[in-house]
This record gives sequence, structure tokens and C-alpha cells, in this order.
Amino acid sequence: MARSGEAVAGSSAARSLPGALLGAVLNAAEWPMRGLQRLLGVPRIGWAFVAPNLVVLGLFTFLPIAIDFHYALTGGAQLYPTDRPFAGLENFRTLFECGSYLDPSTCRKDLFWRAVYNTAGFALAQVALMVLFSLITALVLNRKIIGRGFFRGVFFYPVLLSPVVVALVWKWILQREGLLNALLQGAGVTGPVWLDDPHWAFFWSVFVSIWAHMGFYTLILLAGLQAIPPDLYEAAEMDSASPWRRLWRITLPLLMPNLLVVLVLALIRAVQVFDEIFVLTGGGPGSATLFIVQVIYQTAFAEAIRLYGLAASASLVLAAALLVLTLVQLRISGQAARSRRRRQRG
Amino acid sequence: MKKSRAHLIFGAALAGAFALQAGAAEIRVACYSDGNECEVTQDLAKRFEAQNPDVKVAIDKVPYKAIVEQLPVQLAAGEGPDIARVTDLGGLSRYYLDITPYVKDPKYWEANFGQTLKWLRPTPNDKGIYGMMTQLTVTGPFVNKTLFEQARLPLPGPKATWDDWAAACRQVAKATQVPFAMAFDRSGHRFAGAAISQGAKIFDAKGNLVIDDGFRAFAKKFYDWNRDGTMPKEVWGGVGGSTYRDAFEEFANARVVLYLSGSWQINRMDKQIGKNFDWVVVPNPCGPGGCTGMPGGAAFVALKRTKNPKDVGRFLDFLASEPIYAEYMARTENIPANAAVAKKGVDYKVSPQAKAALGVFVDDVAKLSPIAYDLQGYKLNRAIFNPTAARLGQAIAGEMSLDEALKRIGADIDEQVKAAGK
Repeated sequence: MARSGEAVAGSSAARSLPGALLGAVLNAAEWPMRGLQRLLGVPRIGWAFVAPNLVVLGLFTFLPIAIDFHYALTGGAQLYPTDRPFAGLENFRTLFECGSYLDPSTCRKDLFWRAVYNTAGFALAQVALMVLFSLITALVLNRKIIGRGFFRGVFFYPVLLSPVVVALVWKWILQREGLLNALLQGAGVTGPVWLDDPHWAFFWSVFVSIWAHMGFYTLILLAGLQAIPPDLYEAAEMDSASPWRRLWRITLPLLMPNLLVVLVLALIRAVQVFDEIFVLTGGGPGSATLFIVQVIYQTAFAEAIRLYGLAASASLVLAAALLVLTLVQLRISGQAARSRRRRQRG
Repeated sequence: MKKSRAHLIFGAALAGAFALQAGAAEIRVACYSDGNECEVTQDLAKRFEAQNPDVKVAIDKVPYKAIVEQLPVQLAAGEGPDIARVTDLGGLSRYYLDITPYVKDPKYWEANFGQTLKWLRPTPNDKGIYGMMTQLTVTGPFVNKTLFEQARLPLPGPKATWDDWAAACRQVAKATQVPFAMAFDRSGHRFAGAAISQGAKIFDAKGNLVIDDGFRAFAKKFYDWNRDGTMPKEVWGGVGGSTYRDAFEEFANARVVLYLSGSWQINRMDKQIGKNFDWVVVPNPCGPGGCTGMPGGAAFVALKRTKNPKDVGRFLDFLASEPIYAEYMARTENIPANAAVAKKGVDYKVSPQAKAALGVFVDDVAKLSPIAYDLQGYKLNRAIFNPTAARLGQAIAGEMSLDEALKRIGADIDEQVKAAGK
């Protein structure tokens, strides 16, 4: 061990100052490493290296999950875990008490179920449109167009903005006397109060969310497009393949891993939607843009009596839904990868 | 020798620094502002520090949302400031510190703040002093007088009902082409005053919250006004949950004729509307239950988690003293909760318009219904305020019928009160 350390220090790197420093550090680390090795044995020394990360993960991930379970299984409005009476599955029973799951108004926690349906609708619309627009934008930005660098910057810029800023900017545009209605009025059209109508409010929630995040997904797809070898396109061109066929037979299959990443990330993000929509619409009108995370937040922190248990159980339901979605997507992506390998072998 | 002398000097300096640190206790005050309350408190705190060099007062100006949403969680976790300016007076009472042992004359407090001290007490039999009201507020209507003049219509008289006001404001709105006749802040508290005037009893014989015929009657009127365009739907129907939303901008931009809010808006009205139009405060409209608004306000409360209870008591005692309190009221343009200060009258340095408005609100204090006082002092009052805003908002947005909304308000109240009792 000492010899190898000396070897490093004595190599060409040792001639420079950084090399000398590295040697000194390695020498200094030698004796505690030896002690640790003697104490734990060579096969177990790996645990010592991962222990700091495990402690951080345990403190900030696993402990909160355990606390979340504790809150979900206890009742009352007390914050301290020890003050809370055990309630078993009562919070889950309250959440799932419904005349018909298809009609939220028959449910005891009607707002939770309205939020579930809103979130499902939002995720479907937003993810599908996000992937489509990101793909189209990436395809356009991958071509040699004038001002390509500028346009890449323009599309990525909203990603850098805080969700609150995004929401406030759009709120000013969409309010009764906002920019959009002023432009419409200039054209002789009286615009509606966009955020006052449930359907328009939902539409704008999806639109603003896509506008704010599309740049990030475009970037992932652009990276994927640039990794496709250009000789494939050259060969296809020589075979007189149409642009549509090139897209369908070369671009999309080779972009599939990136598309799956985008799909998984966008879906998880869509199910967790909260900040920008909360500022933009506050969940309204009524509960037209109320999503699950807002229900959890309001139940735990904004109501007169804070029902932490109910909020914790709702968050566990959300976590379970996300877990299922991720597993399904991993399975699909695994199957796709296997079939691709099979095709390549065949 | 030199070395040991240097050690001695360093040690003495360190000990001195520690002694100074230990001597000057710091108390932190979480303060939100309706107008300039925190700035005035900061100013008065400097005067207190000059008189009490052993205490340092740090005023942390925070948004109202932090007081409503974050402070309760902080307090439940045993954290938070030493003093806070709160509006959920009874709801947070279990975290308050009784400063009776630390004030110079508890009888002064009882004699001058007696009416509102009970709002801060956790139980009706409690006799502790937990803080002082920094403002006594009353809800009431602001009216755009210029629009009435332009429409050549007289303002309805002091005994006018809500229906009279709605009819008059609709006429004015039509004549002056203003989009809406009336607007209420999106708050169950604002709604409650008008509902009590309409005959809502709020409590049943056992003292439990109840949705009765008076409440239903006003809810029907309110729902109809929002649906027929008398009121702007976006204020109550435009946001979700129990989110608070005021209609000040609508009024300040002359888009509504009458705006129901409260006395805390006077400062803002005075500064932001200025000479754009004439506005007046009128007495609360009447109904079978009287002509009442809702009392309320904010209080500086001492919090149990403090490590310096004596200094907290001294600072609050300083703020509650008659000359300081009178100055605070005059500079913040608030209605005093201190009987002696109210009796002598406050020398408000405001425009004649604001002075007249304050006068109407002060007169309205005498007309407040006992039910309104009971509701304000009830520690679970937000269990009715929040569902009122949330469920009526859903009905106004067209998501559910009014009957369903009223049923849901009842169910939400039951659930919250039950959970609070566990």
C-alpha cells in the first residue's frame, strides 16, 4: 500500500505541485485506511465508503417516508408524532369513501377525487402534447436553420424562470384586462375572462405548463438527435427514402431511449404539478384546476384544522400511483430494448 | 510573561463579549402589515430599546400568508418567534404565554383591553393576559360616491337592507357603465357579518356551529348576485379552496360601486385612490338580524416558546401603555381596542375622507351583534369561515348546486370540529 502511494508520488505527476499534493493526501489517508481495513476486513470496507451517502439518504428520504406512514396511520390535528392517536386505516377509508368513484360529488372527500380526475386529465393532455411539441421543436432546431443558436436559447429560456414568475407573467397576460384581451380588443374581438371559465382555465394550465418546461425536454431530444450517425441518413438518401420514411425508420427508432426518458420525466412531473398552477389559478375556478398536490398542501397546511393524517395518506396514494406508472414505463422500455436487440441479432 | 499577559487580555475581552451577549436579550417579533404597522412597530421598538438597553427587539416583516400558514406549523413544532402579530386569535391560543407576571399593572390591561383579552384566552374561565389587539377592525361597505353622483342617485339611508343596496348599486352601475354593482372580499369572515344581519344564528343551543335558515337565506342572495352579474364571478368563483382574495383592485379601478371589506383598508384607500374619485364608508346594511358587520383584528401575542418571557412582557407592556398605544393607532390609522384611548379619541393625521370613514367604522362598533362577537372569539371560527369561501366558490363557479354547497359546508364543519377535538 505504502509502496503504491509512493509510486504515485514518485511518478511524473510528482514533478508538479498538484502531483506532490496528491501524493501527500494519499500518504495522509494511508494510515486511517489501514486501520479501517484491519477493523472491517477487505470485503466489508466498501460499506465504509457508502455509509455517508446512506446516512444522508436515510435521513432525508427514508426517515420522512417512515414519518409519512406514521402520520397516515394516526389521526387528530396534532403535529408531534407522539401526540397523535392511532387511527389504523381510517384516513385511507375516509379518502376512499365514495358512492361512485366516477362521480366525485358522491365521495366524502370530493375535492380529493376531483383533484384525482383533474390530475389524470392534465397528465394525459400535458404529457402527450409536451412530447409532441418537444419532438417537433427538437427536429426543427436540429436542422441548419438561420439563427439556430438564438432559437435554441429562446426555447430553453422559460426553463430558467421560477415557476412563480412564469405563473405571474401569464396571469397578467390572461386576466380580464390583460395583454391577450387588449390585443383581441385591438382586433375588434371581446375576449373572455380566460381564467374565469373552467375549460379555458384548464386549457391555459396545460399550455403554461408546456411553455415553461418544453425547453428542457427539447434539449434531451436534441441531444438524442445529434447522437444519430449522419451516415445513416446519407445511406437512406442514396436509397431515395422520403423524409417521412427517414423520420419513421431512422430517427424515431434511434430516438426511442430519449423519448422514453422524456415520457417518464414528463409524466412524473405532470402528476406532481403544483407551483405554477397554484399561483396562476389557485385551483379554480371552483376546483377546475385543483390537482392532487394542492389538495395535500391545503389539507395539511392551509385549512383551519390541519388534517396531517389525511394529507399523509393522500401523499402515499400519490406515491403509489407514481410507483406503478414508473414500473409500467420501465417494463415497456425494457421490452422495447429487448426487441430492438433481438432485431439487431436477427 | 508577555504571552501570559496577552492571554489574560484576550480572556478578559472574550468574557466581556460573553457578558454583553448574555446581558442583551433579543426578542424576535413576526409582524405582517396591512399598511404601515410593522414600520411603526419598528420605530416604537427603537424607543423601547433606548429605554431598556438590556433588550434588543428584532422586527421580522413577513407576508400575511406566512402568519396564516407557516406560523402554526412552526409553533406546533416548538419553533417560531417570541411575539407574533396574528389574526387567528383563538385558534393559536394554546401557544400563547401568559404575561400577567411580567406586566406592571394587570388591572390596567383588564380595564382597557377587557373586551378583547378574552378573544386570546384558550378557555372561557381563563383570566390570563396573552397579548394586545394592535387594531380593532370592523367589516363594512366602501362605496364609490362619485359614481352615485354621476348617476344622480342618492345613497341609500342608514337603515337600508342588502336588497336596497344591491338594487341601488345595480342602477348606478347601469347608468355609469361600470361592470359590477358589488364585490365582497373572498373570505368567510366578510360573508359572516352580512349573514348574521340576514338572521344567521351561527351557533345552536349547545354552542355548536350550525348552518341555519338565516345563513342559507344570505347564501342564496349572495349566490344569485354572483350568477346574475351583480358581483364579479372571478373574485369568489375564480380561485379554488379557501384561498383569500380581496376585491380592492376592482374598487380602486372603479369597476364596482360597493365593496365589502373592512376598516383595515382605509390606509390603502387613502393612499392608492387619492383624488381619483370620492369614496365613503356607509353603515352595514340591515336585515332581520340587525345591521352588523364582523369585528376582528390583529393582536401582538406572546408565545410560550420564548426564552425571554420577562422581556416579552415588558415590550408588550410598553406597546400597550396609553401614550404609545394612542400614537400607534394614530400613525397606523386603526381603530383602538384600548378603552381609555378610544374614550379620549385618536388624533388621526389623515385626509378628511379617511377620517370620516374611520368615524363610520367606530360608530358601527356599537351596532355589532353579540353573535358576531361570539363568532370572532370562538377558537374554531375558521372551521366555518374556510368552508364558506371554498364551497360557495364552487357553487358560484357552477361546479355544484347551492344546496349541495351548503350541505358540504355543514359536513366540512363537522369533520374539522371532530378532528380538533381528538
